[in-house]
Amino acid sequence: MSSASTIPAIRGTITVGVPVDQAFRVFTDAFGSWWPPEYHIGQADMAAAILEPRAGGRWYEQGVDGSECDWGRVLAFQPPHRLVVTWQINGEWRYDPDPEHASEIEVRFTADGPRQTVVELEHRLLDRLVGGQALRDGITGGGGWSAILELFAKAAANQE
Amino acid sequence: MDTYEDAGLGLLGDPTRRAIFELLARRPSSVGELAQQLPISRPAVSQHLRVLKDGGLVVSRPEGTRRVYRLNPDGVTALRAYLDRIWDQALTAFQKAAEAAPFDPQQEDR
Repeated sequence: MSSASTIPAIRGTITVGVPVDQAFRVFTDAFGSWWPPEYHIGQADMAAAILEPRAGGRWYEQGVDGSECDWGRVLAFQPPHRLVVTWQINGEWRYDPDPEHASEIEVRFTADGPRQTVVELEHRLLDRLVGGQALRDGITGGGGWSAILELFAKAAANQE
Repeated sequence: MDTYEDAGLGLLGDPTRRAIFELLARRPSSVGELAQQLPISRPAVSQHLRVLKDGGLVVSRPEGTRRVYRLNPDGVTALRAYLDRIWDQALTAFQKAAEAAPFDPQQEDR
């Protein structure tokens, strides 16, 4: 399970028309104000999504019933240029507390002029999410897994 | 019908199929349950499910008298496709929020 990453990382870039400090602040402090509320894992509807602004902080949702569900941890909090958090929601859309199964999201904020910021996001180590599951469920023969990976590698290559 | 290159992300290019995929991400469901939440017939839902299943995004198993569909938990493709969509929407939402946020006058002076 310690092999190099086989699932390509997801990358996204967006340019926002605000200074880099503001971009970082909205992304982190105001995380719950923009995160699409339909993407949550709790049983209850989501009331808030919170990213604690410090390394070691929690990243979690609060349900309308007061329940809380973790999503991951803050690994690096370096305003206004860099944020790294773990994403520990597995393929069954549940929180997996094992740090070995944690994927990582790195977000970089780069000033492109005084009022414009380029935000680059990378969601990596996706194997860990799936690896954890394969381990738990036992790899059920038939080559389904490697076949899917192969298809995926092709699809990803074609998107370049 | 679908080429290999289309497997995974390409399968979600169709809006109805994407809607089905996202409903299943929330809750495993039968064809009937999906059809209730969508403006299409049960046969049409079945058709889309077959495509998603062939592409490895969805699996099904019988539960009593009905067949329940869910995202393929071992499916790297399903997981990545879903995350890809989440980030796409999240970054767009972030851009809107950042640009709508009140401008901090301290930063004007830098």
